Amino acid sequence: MRNIASLMFTGGLVFLLLVIGAQLAFGHPGMQVGAEYLRVAGPELGAANLVTAILAGYRGFDTLGELSILFAAATAASLVLGHRRSDARRDPTGGLILRAGVELLFPLLVVVGVFVVLHGHLTPGGGFQGGVVLAAAFFLVMLVDPARGLNHALIGWIEGLAGAAYILIGIWALVAKGDFLAVMLPTGVMGNILSAGTLPLLSVSIGLKVGSELAGLMANLSDAEARDQ
Amino acid sequence: MIEFSPMISVEGVIYAGAIGLVAIGALGLVLCSHLFRMLLALEIAESGANLLLVLTGFRGDSVAPIIGYGPAGAPMVDPLPQVLVLTAIVIGVGVQAMAASMLIRIYRTYGTLEMAELRRRMELDTAAAAGIPAPTSAQAPAGGRPLPPVPAFRPTHAARVRES
Repeated sequence: MRNIASLMFTGGLVFLLLVIGAQLAFGHPGMQVGAEYLRVAGPELGAANLVTAILAGYRGFDTLGELSILFAAATAASLVLGHRRSDARRDPTGGLILRAGVELLFPLLVVVGVFVVLHGHLTPGGGFQGGVVLAAAFFLVMLVDPARGLNHALIGWIEGLAGAAYILIGIWALVAKGDFLAVMLPTGVMGNILSAGTLPLLSVSIGLKVGSELAGLMANLSDAEARDQ
Repeated sequence: MIEFSPMISVEGVIYAGAIGLVAIGALGLVLCSHLFRMLLALEIAESGANLLLVLTGFRGDSVAPIIGYGPAGAPMVDPLPQVLVLTAIVIGVGVQAMAASMLIRIYRTYGTLEMAELRRRMELDTAAAAGIPAPTSAQAPAGGRPLPPVPAFRPTHAARVRES
């Protein structure tokens, strides 16, 4: 009975989505905002990657809210997991294949992460994506050697300083231009790494914040005590 | 007027796949009785919803919204849904982390993530903490009635005649 009811519910959901999809003009988005961004963002901000330009340039305040949501989630997760006792059992260290693979992958992942963060205004990517790649690199190291752990104080400092840098850039723009997080500095030549004003700086601070946040989060999750037998 | 034109194009297949992901996720959320599987189903539904959102910005014969990518003057897809989905993914990561840490906590306390078993152990725990007798199954009869109920004794006509 329950199965039939859930199947009917899912069928109704699919039908609803299909009806909505059939009514939309698929392939012809009617949104004016997106078209306006496409027209204006390039000349105004000098960033080649328009997604990053919108994320940090026009919707920077949203991004600040997003960062605080991530921070709140990480804080709540570590609060729920609680403190680890010093004599709790740990997972065993990784085997030979995992160790060799991580030794190979770690430098590559760090380089790719830094590249994606620094070129966020030029190529696909940006602070969030690069930050996640960086966090993955450090998480691999934690998988290999769970006993090593992570320097939580250092991570906390990086995270706090990156968040403060983001807000300080915003306040600087507020004082100089009258708009919070308005893009400062000359836009430069599009395609150069030093272009698009403060967008690269914002991208770097987002990348550091997200990377340290996620690395700390995963360290907390993998640090969770095994169940007492 | 609604008409379902057969969409046998790459975009149509991806669109149908996104709706399918949402359906699989919803079905898994309802049918699974294991908390971790429910979390996985939630993730699947979330990726389907994200894919649907990105697809609303799709424009035929256009390139990624990066200046200098693709032929000059080519139309670009709508960048706004992509930015919004980036936000949604990050919030999804927060939800996942929160849910995973709660699951770890539940497993550490009760030793199971199976819903029925978890509920039974939690009820036992609550009863022990409150100092009341542990609740038995909901199907058990109330009071001290015998189980199964004995059918009422109805003497046959011949037996009654013999007695009198």
